[in-house]
Amino acid sequence: MIISKKKPFEEVAEDLEGLSRIVILGCGECATATRTGGPEEVAEMKAKLEELGKSVVFTEIVHTGCHELDVKRILRQAKDQVGDADGFLILSCGAGTQAARAATDKRVIPGCDPLFLGNIQRSMDFMEKCSHCGACIIDDTGAICPITRCAKGLVNGPCGGTSHGKCEIDPNMDCAWTLIFAQLKREGREDKMTKINPPKDWNVIRHPAELMDRGPDKQKMGKEV
Amino acid sequence: MGTYRDACKSGQFVVSGEVGPPKGTNVARMLHDIDLLKDKCDGLNVTDNQSAVMRLGSLAVSAEIVRRGGDPIFQTTCRDRNRLGLQSDLLSASFCGITNVLCLTGDHPVVGDHKQAKSVFDFDSVHLIQCCKKMNAGTDWEGNALDGGTDFFVGAVVTPEADPLEPQMYKFACKVEAGADFFQTQAVYDMDNFQRFMEQAREIYAGTDVKMMAGLVVLTGLGMAKYMNRAVPGIFVPDALLEELGSVAKEDQIKKGMEIAARHIAFLRDNKVCDGVHVMAIGKEEIIPEILDMAGVVR
Ligand code: SF4
Ligand code: SF4
Repeated sequence: MIISKKKPFEEVAEDLEGLSRIVILGCGECATATRTGGPEEVAEMKAKLEELGKSVVFTEIVHTGCHELDVKRILRQAKDQVGDADGFLILSCGAGTQAARAATDKRVIPGCDPLFLGNIQRSMDFMEKCSHCGACIIDDTGAICPITRCAKGLVNGPCGGTSHGKCEIDPNMDCAWTLIFAQLKREGREDKMTKINPPKDWNVIRHPAELMDRGPDKQKMGKEV
Repeated sequence: MGTYRDACKSGQFVVSGEVGPPKGTNVARMLHDIDLLKDKCDGLNVTDNQSAVMRLGSLAVSAEIVRRGGDPIFQTTCRDRNRLGLQSDLLSASFCGITNVLCLTGDHPVVGDHKQAKSVFDFDSVHLIQCCKKMNAGTDWEGNALDGGTDFFVGAVVTPEADPLEPQMYKFACKVEAGADFFQTQAVYDMDNFQRFMEQAREIYAGTDVKMMAGLVVLTGLGMAKYMNRAVPGIFVPDALLEELGSVAKEDQIKKGMEIAARHIAFLRDNKVCDGVHVMAIGKEEIIPEILDMAGVVR
C-alpha cells in the first residue's frame, strides 16, 4: 500500500490560484485506506474549494488511481463535465497524479504528499518494511528487511549506534539488526550473521523503471531486455 | 618516530591519540594539538565529519600530519561518499603518504548539523575494509587493475558495551574475516566487562594478527560522565567511577578523570588485556601527554 498524507489545504489552495473549474479525483485503493483520497476526503475537498468560490465540475473515486486506462476511461465518459475544467486536483499518490497527467493536457495538481510503501499494521497505523530494491535478500535476514528497516540500510549487521535494541536515530524505533538477530536465533540460523553480504547493486533498477510482461520469454525490464 | 603499523607489529603496547578537525579554517589550535601529540603517540586518528557535523576534512588533516612527521590514522565513513568517492579518496590518501585507514559506518545525518542531507551508505564498514584490502592487492573494488596499488594498514571499530552484544560480535567477526588489521573499540570504562569482551573477541580472531586497542575517552567531570552514560549509545560508565568523580570538588574532577584514564591504561598494559589503547579527550587534547606520563607510557 502507498502511504500518503494530505497536503496542507493552504498549499493546495495556493496551487489552485487562478483556476476556477476544478475536477477532483480520488483513489479507491491506497488513498481510501490512508484516508487521503477516499469518498469522504474528496467530498470534504469539494466543500472547501466551493467555499473559496471555485466550481467543482466533476468528482470521482477512480477504482485504482494509478491505473492509467481507468483514469482515461473515466475522464472520457465524463467529457461533458470535464471538458471545460481548467484544473485537475488529484487526491492520491504521485503515481495517481501522473495517471491523470497521462489522461489530460490540462493543469494537474497533487493534493497529497506520498510517503512510502507501507504495511497496514492496524487501521491508520502504517509501517515501511520494503523499499522494492529490485533484488530481495531477506531470505538470509529472517524475512526482516535491513535495506528498509535499518536507518542506514546496512547489510552486514548493526552499526555502533544501537542502544538498548533501538536505533541511534530514534529511541522509539527498533534497531533492524536487533530484530533480525532475534529472528535468526529463533530459527536456529544465527550462522547467517557470519556471511558477508555484498553491497547492493543500486542499478538493478535504473530509474525510471519499467517492466513489460507479456508472458514467458517476453518480459522486458527497462528499455532493453 | 616509527609508524603506527610498526608499533602494532612490534608487540609493544600501542598508544594512539585523536584530533578533531575544526568547523572552519582556523586551524591554529588543531595544529598545536597535532604537534603536542604526534611524538607522544604512535598514531593520531583524524575524525571524518564526526557526529555527522560538517567540518574540515579528515584527508587534508591526515596529510598535514604526515607533513609534520606524525603518523595519521585516516578515519573514513560510508555516510558521505559512494564507492567511487571512497576509493578515489583512498587513492588520494595513499598519494599523500597516509597508510592507516580506520573504516567506519558513520553516524546518520539526522544526528548532525545537516539534518536534511541525503545519506549514502552505499558501502558499509565491512565492504570498506574489503575494499582497502583489494586496493592493497592492486585492484579496485570491481577488480580492475590499479596502476599502482595501495599499502594500507586497515582498522575498524567495535563496541564492547553494545546492547545487545551478540549481533555486534557477529559484525566484529565479519570485520575480522574481511581482513581488518587492527581494532579500536568504542570507549570502555568497566575493566571487568572489557576483559570478558576481550575473551570473546580473542576466540573470534584467534589465528590472525589482529591487534586490539581499547578506546578510552577521558572523563572530564561528573556531568560529562553522566551524559556519556545517558546519551551515547554503547557507552557504560559504572557507578563506582561516577562516585569517584563525585568525591572531589567540581574543579578537581578533570584531574580525577585523568587519574582514572591513566589507571586504566596501566591496568590494560600490565595485565596484557589488549594490545594498546586509543585515548581521546574530545576538545581537551592538551591533557593527554600528562595522562600518558601518569600511566608511565614513554616514547
Ligand atoms: S531486500 Fe528489502 S527492499 Fe529489497 S525487495 Fe526485499 S524487502 Fe524489499
Ligand atoms: S542502530 Fe540499528 S537500525 Fe539504526 S542505523 Fe544502526 S544498525 Fe541500522
